[in-house]
Amino acid sequence: MAPRTFLALAGAGFRRWSTYRQATIAAAFTNTVFGFLRTYVLLAAAAGAGGVAAGYDGPMLVAFVWLGQGLIGVVMLFGDSDLASRVRTGEVTADLLRPVDPLWSYLAADLGRAAHAMLTRFGLPVLTGAIVFDMFAPRHAGSYPLFAASVLAAVVVSFSFRYLTNLSAFWLLDHRGVANAWLLGSTLLSGLVFPIRFLPDWAQLTLWLATPFPAMAQAPLDVFVEYGGVSGQLLAIGNQLMWAAAGLALCRLAQRRALRRLVIQGG
Amino acid sequence: MIVTRGLRKEFTVRRRVGRFRREKRVVAAVDGVDLTVERGEMVGYIGPNGAGKSTTLKLLTGILHPSGGHVRVCGMEPVPHRVRLARRIGVVFGQRSALWWDLPLRESFDLLRHIHRVPAVDHAARLTTCRELLDLDDFLDTPVRQLSLGQRMRGELTAALLHGPEVLFLDEPTIGLDVVSKQAVRAFLADLGARGDTTLVLTTHDLADIERLCRRLVVIDHGRVVHDGSLEALHARYGSRRRVVVDLDEPVDGGPEVSGASIESVEAEGRRVTYALRDATAGQVVARLAQLGSLRDVSVVEPDIEEVVARLYTSPEPTAP
Repeated sequence: MAPRTFLALAGAGFRRWSTYRQATIAAAFTNTVFGFLRTYVLLAAAAGAGGVAAGYDGPMLVAFVWLGQGLIGVVMLFGDSDLASRVRTGEVTADLLRPVDPLWSYLAADLGRAAHAMLTRFGLPVLTGAIVFDMFAPRHAGSYPLFAASVLAAVVVSFSFRYLTNLSAFWLLDHRGVANAWLLGSTLLSGLVFPIRFLPDWAQLTLWLATPFPAMAQAPLDVFVEYGGVSGQLLAIGNQLMWAAAGLALCRLAQRRALRRLVIQGG
Repeated sequence: MIVTRGLRKEFTVRRRVGRFRREKRVVAAVDGVDLTVERGEMVGYIGPNGAGKSTTLKLLTGILHPSGGHVRVCGMEPVPHRVRLARRIGVVFGQRSALWWDLPLRESFDLLRHIHRVPAVDHAARLTTCRELLDLDDFLDTPVRQLSLGQRMRGELTAALLHGPEVLFLDEPTIGLDVVSKQAVRAFLADLGARGDTTLVLTTHDLADIERLCRRLVVIDHGRVVHDGSLEALHARYGSRRRVVVDLDEPVDGGPEVSGASIESVEAEGRRVTYALRDATAGQVVARLAQLGSLRDVSVVEPDIEEVVARLYTSPEPTAP
């Protein structure tokens, strides 16, 4: 796809989401409210562990929670059903009649959506956390661009696996079962609810290497709180890049098979 | 421009036959369609519900894989060249939307310009033409989700034409439209057809669309072509006749006989007689009746296409074209 086409589609994704202002404000508010609950739970856990839990002190956990709350909308951790509903209604026909690969056009639109969420849903929770609590700020200036890169990679990983779950609608028509399974992993195992470093080593290793979940939340949050220093940051981003490449490759494969067996529903 | 030979599409249908058992059945939605459409032709593709019209269009546009046969559109095999072909064809599915639901119509058009990589000058010229002919200006800045069906359909037509397609596929473009919107869409398509550089394949249940736009009519039933020719040929094949209805000053018992025409009905106590024309022309019938007595009124009724097509649809088995 030509870069200008990609940018135009990303711009359309941005504008599409900007039309739902009230929903955006409501979502940012909800994310902020839940941030308080999570902060108190994790600070209590750290206090019970003597002030530092699994290498995170209080300010690091505060940053972990509030940036995580800000990233929920950006990374779209709770999933989406755009493509699946278009498959179910037959609207996917329109996607296939455009001279662009649906995978890249959906990715462009999702990056536009993520950019909109970064501007509208990230700031309020992070600002609230920084004002109300003692929040960790990166010690090295380089952590900011690394965090930005890590968030971008998290969006691509999340997109590719959301797209995969949506593609299941070509076989199942109703993808809600797959979407619910996805939701379980993307919330509990991504580091959104608690840092997965709280888990035993074998469980952490399994999650990092065998699932894409930590690459969507744990990785960018660890990059921000400088967990493991620069090498830890680079390792986390490397893991994300691996999952982004694997996710997109799986999408291409699944899409090819899905189109092969396509039945347009409803005439 | 379009060539198909023995084009087939089969679907597997599963049916419950017991508590735990399911029976698989293969259904041919398109069953050996042979079709050749030349550049600039306007072809009406009609058939009853489930006849295979939309499936044929999806095969021609590369969305569905054929189960058998041969198909070429713009010299390309549609499925492997779907993306390349999409730049050369335009498609309107009346019951689907190619527009972006949340964005204003104008932004959808601009996005399509980038997707089809159309030079800005060409895009602007085509959009200006569509704006004039389809009266788009009042709702260009309205989000697609807020458009009426008629407005959206005019938007869909524009979207399908902005990249200057060589072939335009229209699947029920007037479905659900009011009379005014239907007329606007038909007039626009007639104008497009008159220019002669766009090939048009139109499926519809509204036979007025066909009468207004298409010289050639392809009728499909049970996945097979049962008629391919002009409207006149269809009438001739099914014995459709023009009728002359005359109102007489004085009643004639049983109606006056006229050679070359047969009396179909006598009404109003013998004052209104309907003749079905066989060999005679309408003028000959009127002249003959004028010799017999005074005529109060005369009207000529064209054969009813709906009646012919209904007869075709209700045939138990498809007949050879």
